[in-house]
Amino acid sequence: MTSDTLALTPRISDPDSFYEALIEAHRGLSEEASQRLNARLILILANQIGDRKVLDEALALAIRTDRT
Amino acid sequence: MMATRRSYPFKRPPELDSGKRGHLPVIVVGAGPVGLTMAIELLERGIATVVLDDDNTVSIGSRAICYAKRALEIWDRLGCGEVMLNKGVTWNVGKVFFGDDPEPVYTFNMLDEEGYKYPGFINLQQYYNEEFLIARLNELGGEIRWKNTVVEVTPAAKGVTIAVDTPEGRYEMACDYLIAADGSRSPIRKMLGLDFEGQVFEDHFLIADIKMKQDFPSERRFWFDPPFNRGQSALLHKQPDDVWRLDLQLGWDIDRDAEMKPERVAERVRAALPGVDFEFEWLSIYTFQCRRLDKFRHGRVIFVGDSAHLVSPFGARGANSGVQDADNLGWKLQLVLTGKAPEALLDSYDAERVYAAKENILNSTRSTDFITPKSAVSRAFRNAVLELAREAPFARPFVNSGRLSVPAILRESALNTPDSDAFAGKMMPGAPAADGRIRVNGRDEWLLTFLARDNGGVHHKGTGFAALYFAGDAAADKAMAETAKALAQDAIPVTVYAIGTPAAAPQGLTVIEDTAGHLARRYDGRPGTIYLLRPDHHITARWRAADIAAIRRARDLATGHRAPAQIKETAA
Ligand SMILES: Cc1cc2nc3c(=O)[nH]c(=O)nc-3n(C[C@H](O)[C@H](O)[C@H](O)COP(=O)(O)OP(=O)(O)OC[C@H]3O[C@@H](n4cnc5c(N)ncnc54)[C@H](O)[C@@H]3O)c2cc1C
Repeated sequence: MTSDTLALTPRISDPDSFYEALIEAHRGLSEEASQRLNARLILILANQIGDRKVLDEALALAIRTDRT
Repeated sequence: MMATRRSYPFKRPPELDSGKRGHLPVIVVGAGPVGLTMAIELLERGIATVVLDDDNTVSIGSRAICYAKRALEIWDRLGCGEVMLNKGVTWNVGKVFFGDDPEPVYTFNMLDEEGYKYPGFINLQQYYNEEFLIARLNELGGEIRWKNTVVEVTPAAKGVTIAVDTPEGRYEMACDYLIAADGSRSPIRKMLGLDFEGQVFEDHFLIADIKMKQDFPSERRFWFDPPFNRGQSALLHKQPDDVWRLDLQLGWDIDRDAEMKPERVAERVRAALPGVDFEFEWLSIYTFQCRRLDKFRHGRVIFVGDSAHLVSPFGARGANSGVQDADNLGWKLQLVLTGKAPEALLDSYDAERVYAAKENILNSTRSTDFITPKSAVSRAFRNAVLELAREAPFARPFVNSGRLSVPAILRESALNTPDSDAFAGKMMPGAPAADGRIRVNGRDEWLLTFLARDNGGVHHKGTGFAALYFAGDAAADKAMAETAKALAQDAIPVTVYAIGTPAAAPQGLTVIEDTAGHLARRYDGRPGTIYLLRPDHHITARWRAADIAAIRRARDLATGHRAPAQIKETAA
């Protein structure tokens, strides 16, 4: 878990089931509760990464890939 | 329901009768905490001054109550820290609550270590603070001219002329330097046509200072979204004389007059503090802003305190930072006015305190954004942090109910000599020197208080430069004894203190015993280590070993005698 650049290659072993779990976690939640859930999750994951450089790269990637 | 304080008499200024234009080296406009501190600082340094104030009382309303360790250390140096500490309510602990949970999600302690004269914070009504400052100013023979309103300011290259309105007529005065300590609405700022750029926060806060007998612990309590103020925040602080401050966030769209009605406020207080008996001492509704002047020095007019910078109160950075302005400016003005430093030294006031103001505004803006989220997603993150904080310690540092005032570390100051040796710990060039327990001549005391008494003030020909030398290396001790003798004779003398034991210390130096080991630890000191302190007790240079040339170079750099570009590090 200690790489100093953002991983862009797949790392999650069963992507479909994780994706499902992610969507499932939001089932029945209001917009607002959903947003809070996402926020908690982002904060938890961000802390897990910890490295500010990697976090900044992640932030930049997320901003850059807005296609709408 | 209103606290009443004494008023001070108007005295007919002599200029009204003489018709002569008086001249002083410095005139201070504004008798708030910052102007008063500034005047005391100048009087302590033997610079004649007078304070002009348009009013005739201290601040009556609900304004500053939290004074930080650094401000208290400055007032200690100026001889009025202890009265404030004795009257104030000491607290170090803050608790943060969220929603209906009666247990705090997060508790912090402002004091990370024992062994400081002053606590992280005291709470004290601003009127007491100002009264103590006025008393100190009077002790020093200072003069405050009440009901003297500055109405015109005419700056020139070598001084400033002002016109002053009084109940009995108008007069003029001139000075070398005019200190504008005239508060957030600063008429002087307007007279000079200066912009006060920044941001207004769309929010209202109700402050209810109430008198009640309660033995809640003296800690800061902050609530996000409590049941008694849904969707908003609340803050409770204890003040002396059984006065408590309840600060309730109201939001932007409110009916101000309705919210100010005592019945309405009483209802809110009862909801927040069920079952308590109370009386009102003061009520008010505030909106907050973060603004600052682009430059604090405008030729011979120098801005200090709220006239120069304004922050939201979360973090208690208003008066606390203004007092650091005065602390920073005093010795520089003394050196310039006594011809010992070039006028350009005053530009370092601007650089250092603008830096500090930026830091304060940044902190204050971030706190305000956490307390008053500006969008749905910002609120979601804020609440997510609070939801996590209880269980997950990693989330607690994100909780921002105000980043409470800590002193500015003037890291980037051009007056500093950059480190050439390695040191551990929190001290560094630009940091204010840490206090600690010491013994001198068999007497137990505090480092900063001792330095102020022994090496500060008008009774000393110096301006307060001091070197703390960690003794114990026989060869270095011997050299330092000679160095100290020579430094004491310089135009801007440096007083060298030996940290060690009286039995083994350099000849002729005052010995500071590090009885509790605070200095060795806080300064990462070992035999040979030298710290050079400015008169405001900020560290300006340090070495593991230094000769007299290195110390003089650092002092000259700190007093505007050498341009920073010239520095060539010659580690001695
Ligand atoms: C609700 C609230 C809570 C706060 N809490 C804290 C806190 O806990 N801790 C903290 O550090 N700060 C706090 N502050 C900020 C603090 O009150 C101010 O930063 C502080 O008072 C600024 O001091 P000052 O001397 O610069 O200005 P002021 O106290 O405003 O004094 C300016 C003086 O200049 C005088 N004056 C104005 N114009 C003229 C003129 N033309 N001629 C002569 N005199 C004039 C005024 O009458 C006044 O006496 C708080 C502020 C508010 C509003």
